[in-house]
Amino acid sequence: MRIVADLGTCEGLGMCEAMAPDFFEVGEDGVVEVLDAEPGEEHRTDLTAAVDACPVLALALQG
Amino acid sequence: MSVERLVVVGASLAGLRAVEAARRAGYDGELVLVGDEVHAPYDRPPLSKAFLDPDGERGAGRVMELRTAEALRDELRVDLRLGTRATGLDTAAREVLLGDERVPYDALVIATGSVPRWLPGTDPGGPDGPLEGVTQLRTVDDARRVRDALEAGQRIVVVGAGFIGSEVASAARKRGLPVTVVEALDVPLTRSVGAEVGVACVGLHRAAGTDLRLGVGVAGLDEETPDGRRRVRAVRLTDGTTLPADLVVLGIGVRPATDWLEGSGVALHDGDRGVLVDATMATNVPGVWAAGDVAHVENPLFDGEQHRLEHWTNAADHGAAAARHALDPAAAEPVVTVPYFWSDWYGHRLQFVGTPRAEEARVVVDDLATGGGLVVLYRREDRVVGAFVVDLPRVVMKLRRRVLDRGPWEEAVAFATDAGTPASR
Ligand SMILES: Cc1cc2nc3c(=O)[nH]c(=O)nc-3n(C[C@H](O)[C@H](O)[C@H](O)COP(=O)(O)OP(=O)(O)OC[C@H]3O[C@@H](n4cnc5c(N)ncnc54)[C@H](O)[C@@H]3O)c2cc1C
Ligand code: SF4
Repeated sequence: MRIVADLGTCEGLGMCEAMAPDFFEVGEDGVVEVLDAEPGEEHRTDLTAAVDACPVLALALQG
Repeated sequence: MSVERLVVVGASLAGLRAVEAARRAGYDGELVLVGDEVHAPYDRPPLSKAFLDPDGERGAGRVMELRTAEALRDELRVDLRLGTRATGLDTAAREVLLGDERVPYDALVIATGSVPRWLPGTDPGGPDGPLEGVTQLRTVDDARRVRDALEAGQRIVVVGAGFIGSEVASAARKRGLPVTVVEALDVPLTRSVGAEVGVACVGLHRAAGTDLRLGVGVAGLDEETPDGRRRVRAVRLTDGTTLPADLVVLGIGVRPATDWLEGSGVALHDGDRGVLVDATMATNVPGVWAAGDVAHVENPLFDGEQHRLEHWTNAADHGAAAARHALDPAAAEPVVTVPYFWSDWYGHRLQFVGTPRAEEARVVVDDLATGGGLVVLYRREDRVVGAFVVDLPRVVMKLRRRVLDRGPWEEAVAFATDAGTPASR
């Protein structure tokens, strides 16, 4: 599974970080940083919640 | 009783998340989504932000569809009734009334959101009909009106210095247009975020060159009728001033869209008539659930206090939860969420997490004037219950976590002070 973040779309609203702080962090520039882009399958539920929570639809899971 | 027919009324964010969650939970029965707008669900926050930007900028004039009508029908197998208004609810027969049509349900999710208030004499449905040049900002059509006025460089008066009104002012200033904001309170936003934050917000308006009139109300609107149609010409204020205006944008608050529920037996709030639900989104009527802007929800995180929030994330989360619970009431659990809201003013990012109902609001970082950020923390007893942050995107979700964990006050103050000071940035 791969986390894909569209940094041009991300507005740094941070909901992904709220849902899955181990994988996302909003940086100083107000854009998300993906901390681990290839997480294990056991994190799928948390990551799906994070992807769905993004108000500007900037995130996707592949695979 | 197992659910074979789930009906969701209100086809915006909360309603959309409800039908998505139903299918995701494996629900295979009939799924009806009723919405009175003709558009498929679209995103509202950009309407007062990127949508208003000058041509060429990202998102300018563009509507963000959350899901197309085709996707709803084909992928989610939704019986989609757009342009259709629910007019009543018969809880005894378990039927939603759409004019003469009756749509039966086993479970119902109410997601009709809220509608902006009009000033007296401006409601298009009122006895005098529409008053041209006066608009609210809730729908795509409203946003187009505001955008056209900005494009034409018209004189804009905003009534109400809340979040939406302030974003409109911001859009005008971005184009270098003069704009006046009229606010009845001496300090804006006191009810939603408290006076400390209100004062900071006044500073943002003034620094951006917005003409902010505080502590004055609207006494009336001057009209002209050039071609037999009523058109606004100026706004008269209670202090005797008259402000000429081509477009008046009303941002004076919303009320829950529950007219269709009056007399149905679904319990409504005494004050604003929002739907009362418990922490699982259940109303007092079996099989009937509610979520989003329309609902007063009990939040276990804040001692069971009830909130009616007008926040994007709240509508999204609670819409999904309401549908899951409607399909499997036995498994319904209280939803614990930290309310979260953001707003963009004059290039600044404002963010709020938690609740402003507190014993103390303390300004712990105050560097806006010098190009830095602002952090205000809210305390109940010895725990942190809320945070308002400007231009420090890195700290917000870390404060949210502390609110969720009922974190100790002193630690939150120390964290925010440290994270917000220039040296650590
Ligand atoms: C301009 C603007 C900017 C915003 N900016 C932000 C922001 O920056 N951050 C943030 O957190 N939130 C923001 N919000 C708030 C956020 O958009 C709302 O909280 C969210 O839209 C609520 O979703 P909802 O589905 O509960 O209600 P709504 O979006 O109000 O949807 C309810 C739907 O139900 C329909 N409906 C009503 N009555 C009936 C009926 N009787 N029959 C059928 N259909 C009916 C309505 O037409 C509407 O389509 C903003 C809102 C606006 C308008
Ligand atoms: S939720 Fe979306 S907008 Fe917000 S930081 Fe994450 S990716 Fe960016």
